[in-house]
Amino acid sequence: MNLYAIRAIYKFEMARTFRTLMQSIASPVLSTSLYFIVFGTAIGSRMGNIEGISYGAFIIPGLVMLSLLSESISNASFGIFFPKFSGTIYEVLSAPVSSMEIVIGYVGAAATKSVTLGLLILLTAQLFVDYHIQHPVWMLAFLILTAVTFSLFGFIIGIWADDFQKLQVIPLMVITPLTFLGGAFYSISMLPEPWQTLTLFNPVVYLISGFRWAFYGVADVNVAVSLGMTMVFLLICLTVVWWIFRTGYRIRT
Amino acid sequence: MPSIIRVSGLTKTYDSGFTALQNIDLEIHRGEIFALLGPNGAGKTTLISIICGISSPSEGTVLADGFDIVKDYRAARSKIGLVPQELCSDAFENVWSAVSFSRGLFGKPANPEFIEKLLRQLSLWDKKDAQMRELSGGMKRRVMIAKALSHEPDILFLDEPTAGVDVELRKDMWQMVRELREQGVTIILTTHYIEEAEEMADRIGVIRKGKILLVEEKQALMDKLGSKLLSIRLQQPVSEVPEALAEFSLQLAEDGDTLCYRYDSRQESDSIARLLRKLTEQGLEIRDLHSSESSLEQIFVSLVHEKEQ
Repeated sequence: MNLYAIRAIYKFEMARTFRTLMQSIASPVLSTSLYFIVFGTAIGSRMGNIEGISYGAFIIPGLVMLSLLSESISNASFGIFFPKFSGTIYEVLSAPVSSMEIVIGYVGAAATKSVTLGLLILLTAQLFVDYHIQHPVWMLAFLILTAVTFSLFGFIIGIWADDFQKLQVIPLMVITPLTFLGGAFYSISMLPEPWQTLTLFNPVVYLISGFRWAFYGVADVNVAVSLGMTMVFLLICLTVVWWIFRTGYRIRT
Repeated sequence: MPSIIRVSGLTKTYDSGFTALQNIDLEIHRGEIFALLGPNGAGKTTLISIICGISSPSEGTVLADGFDIVKDYRAARSKIGLVPQELCSDAFENVWSAVSFSRGLFGKPANPEFIEKLLRQLSLWDKKDAQMRELSGGMKRRVMIAKALSHEPDILFLDEPTAGVDVELRKDMWQMVRELREQGVTIILTTHYIEEAEEMADRIGVIRKGKILLVEEKQALMDKLGSKLLSIRLQQPVSEVPEALAEFSLQLAEDGDTLCYRYDSRQESDSIARLLRKLTEQGLEIRDLHSSESSLEQIFVSLVHEKEQ
């Protein structure tokens, strides 16, 4: 195991975050805070409780997930796309590092960033909304698991993308709609049929539901199913990454 | 001499069906400067990319210091440093962290003293805190060399090291390469500047259309293929070359006071003596003699041309 290499990549990626602190941390925290102000404080007070939880508190897990998914993807995809784009990837490819070490470095850094961001958003939410966390360990577990999974997914997108548009298209056109329709702002039990059943095909439903369970002990789907689905998605991403390195897809000619 | 790199039967065919390298066999000796010469698109960069692990070989094997570049990639790659042709860098990173990053990536523990020494050697020390985007092209090239040397490799690949580099920096670069060789680093450089190969290389390989045409000691190559030019300056100019000297195919130059004789230094050793004797017989007095070897450039052009036919 080339630990020095993992550390070098990790440090390099983290340094990039600190250079762009406004963009990578401050701006997602601010934009999520706006949701808390609008939906939690302003409108939320006029809305009824959902499953015994005030609306402002109910949307917190979904909003954290929203940022977590999009930031994990964009951090990890940009992290590997940019060296490919600028040509500096030659160095990583010619270094005595295994594909696993490359993935740990890049994905580890991206996941660290989004977990930090998620926790910062939770802290900020405290300013606007009153909430509690019933199962803090599970909350953290879901947070980390989701961050790692979607950072892997972002890594795949970064390798697949050969222009800037492709880099943006999946987060904007797929992930954001799935998150908005995945129960970030409502409980899926509030939906009429057939939407309630159709929604179950949206993988983000399981992420948000499990995460919300960790906060308030209520969930749209059984928490074990949530955990299982997250693991399935993690495994799919790992398999794709393994395939990418095995075939050299879009990295090694 | 023991080989530090041994390429056997290396072939590279891209998915598009284009064959960039055909059955390459090549040995690089430990401690030498080897120049790989060839026109654009000959396969120089592809060969380097495969040895360094950026491309995968289609067929054949490469051993770097005895380690297979595919099976034993960790051991093989940690021996090698690469300075690619393209200047590419992370614009916002500073020189110090860029070079330290490379050292870590190649599995070496941090060693600030070594990095400092390296940056001083490459005249980069006062730029160590500068961001890459602030540097000139020549400075960036030096940073890339520093990155390639950061893990103390035994083998250094320089892909077109002086492309787009001004004369002064080119001379500096040559000096640096010689110093590295003295430290025991084996250097493989690609170039299409013949001057560069002639100036620096111990041995020269010529590659064209994915095939190695020849590998030769530089001096032997020049001796073998080189013709020499003898310029004979006369006391009195002549209007034309005397008939009696026709067998030497002399050229008249410089307003008729210089005769140029091109001869093959490998063959018949008495031709110059005969020429001089005949000149005296014709009553032509010699003022000065000057002989020069043909440059690698001429050799190269004739070689590439010859194989094309």
